[in-house]
Amino acid sequence: MKPILTKTTGLTDRHFHYCPGCTHGIIHRLIGELLEEMSLIEKTIGVAPVGCSGFCENYFACDMIGAAHGRAVAVATGAKRARPDRFVFTYQGDGDGASIGLAETISAAARGERITSIFVNNAIYGMTGGQMAPTSLVGQRTSTSPYGRDAETMGFPLDLPKILTQVEGAVYVASVSVDSPQGIKEAKKALRKAFQVQIDGLGYSFVSILSTCPTNWGVNPVEALEWLQTKMKPCFALGELKIPAIEGGSKG
Amino acid sequence: MALLMKGNEAIAEAAIQAGCRLFYGYPITPSTEIPEYMAKKMKAAGGTYLQAESEVAAIYMVYGAGAVGERVMTGTSSPGFSLMQEGLSFLFAAEIPCVIVDVMRGGPGLGGLGPTQADYFQLTKGGGHGDYHAIVLAPSSVQEMVDLTKESFDLADCYRNLVIIAVDGILGQMMEPVEFPPYEGRKLEPKTWAASGAEGRPKNNVISYYLTPELGESENIRWGDKMSKIEETEQRFVEYEMEDADYAFVAFGTSSRITETAVDMLREEGIKVGLYRPVTLWPFPEKGLTARLNQIKGWMSVELSAGQMVEDVKLVVNGKVPVCFHGRMGGMTPEPEDVVAAFKAQLLEGVQK
Repeated sequence: MKPILTKTTGLTDRHFHYCPGCTHGIIHRLIGELLEEMSLIEKTIGVAPVGCSGFCENYFACDMIGAAHGRAVAVATGAKRARPDRFVFTYQGDGDGASIGLAETISAAARGERITSIFVNNAIYGMTGGQMAPTSLVGQRTSTSPYGRDAETMGFPLDLPKILTQVEGAVYVASVSVDSPQGIKEAKKALRKAFQVQIDGLGYSFVSILSTCPTNWGVNPVEALEWLQTKMKPCFALGELKIPAIEGGSKG
Repeated sequence: MALLMKGNEAIAEAAIQAGCRLFYGYPITPSTEIPEYMAKKMKAAGGTYLQAESEVAAIYMVYGAGAVGERVMTGTSSPGFSLMQEGLSFLFAAEIPCVIVDVMRGGPGLGGLGPTQADYFQLTKGGGHGDYHAIVLAPSSVQEMVDLTKESFDLADCYRNLVIIAVDGILGQMMEPVEFPPYEGRKLEPKTWAASGAEGRPKNNVISYYLTPELGESENIRWGDKMSKIEETEQRFVEYEMEDADYAFVAFGTSSRITETAVDMLREEGIKVGLYRPVTLWPFPEKGLTARLNQIKGWMSVELSAGQMVEDVKLVVNGKVPVCFHGRMGGMTPEPEDVVAAFKAQLLEGVQK
């Protein structure tokens, strides 16, 4: 019998530790598939963050470096400059990329580092147990905004991909969501493009992926997808926000 | 042929000659000639100089380049060195070889631009979190800055450990004649652990965490064994006029040069003193000091700080004889005459402070 679907060789056989209904697993699979399809596994150096995805070096079949919280992009920069022949990506959460590592993200984008950042935004700190994130929505209840995020005192969610479109060295910026089969397809398409931008040496590529956290949102997996669709999506710019100039995109 | 070079530039040139091909840094006085020299020379050497957005980013760029197995360096000065402390802890745990230069300046706070040795605690006791040590080398001349920098990359690779070259603003800024003799180097194992792309081998992870306390303990014990091995084999010191000395100074870097003059002055008066100069600040060279314990009637640590290394001297002497301290702070340096006077007041006349 001919197999119609096999697990990608871009992932190891380790079981994911992620909670039921969390979409990290889907995003991992998409990256694994692309590493395999684009023949990148043996040429790749991945950088893991601190956060829920802080153990992702066990899941990707390529060489991996574990960074400190917020420093994945700096580590990736150091690795890529040392080995420009390698494909280098970071996998980061919203706290890692948009709060403690914001300076690193924007600076690497400004330098046009030939690396790809995958930014998983679930509007909360998952690993530490549900605290407010830079991307938490106004009114969102978390363990450190127990009465809801009050814009007056806690400010507004940061739309990092939107900011990055203003940075010249960031040549491909996409914001996608994995809340539906269609969304997953679009996410893979964006990731493939981001990877290709790096391979072509065009500059920094960045894919933000809206993701769920049923455990810390306090809802079941189905409700989590609904919350992402109805609450999160209206708050963040979506789509291919910036494409390379050779495809008709703008430089700045 | 001898060249006249600034200490900071000599370090940078020695690093390039030692095969360092990556330098990540952020400008800060009085260490800025290091990134400037690298910016000028690295490209021609086939390497990469990159100005980071901060010392925090710089140390993690070092982490990335070291993790893929390349020889990498950064250079900074005290406030920047403070910013790097988290990274040093991570570099140790991930066992990434690299070389960091700290050209010390006055503190605490923004402090001043004058020379100090007041990062001693941070350098030798682990300024970051957890049980770890860097190998810390303290040259006292521009020539020694060259020699130790060349060796530092071998030390880092040999032990898979971070190595820090600790100098003060005077050594970084002063010009002296230097030579760059050919360097043999140690026999080193290939870096089969590096995360450089898994071509033709199983994948590598370079990480700094452990998920269970049991593994945490066994890893810490393994690292501790490595530290013990370094303590056993890498202690270095230089003795000056110690053979017949009754009393001895302990000093490193710039303060050791001032103290050497003080020794000469005291010897002219017929007082038998010597100088014990640690070259490795960590491991602290306790073996050589211990060998002199029955001979020396009193010790004086001379430092550009409020008295930091003196604690290590006291640990080794362990109350057997008096251990005194003389120092200046905040960017000031003592005159040899001050050292002589302090020695007479505190040690010779037997008056403990």
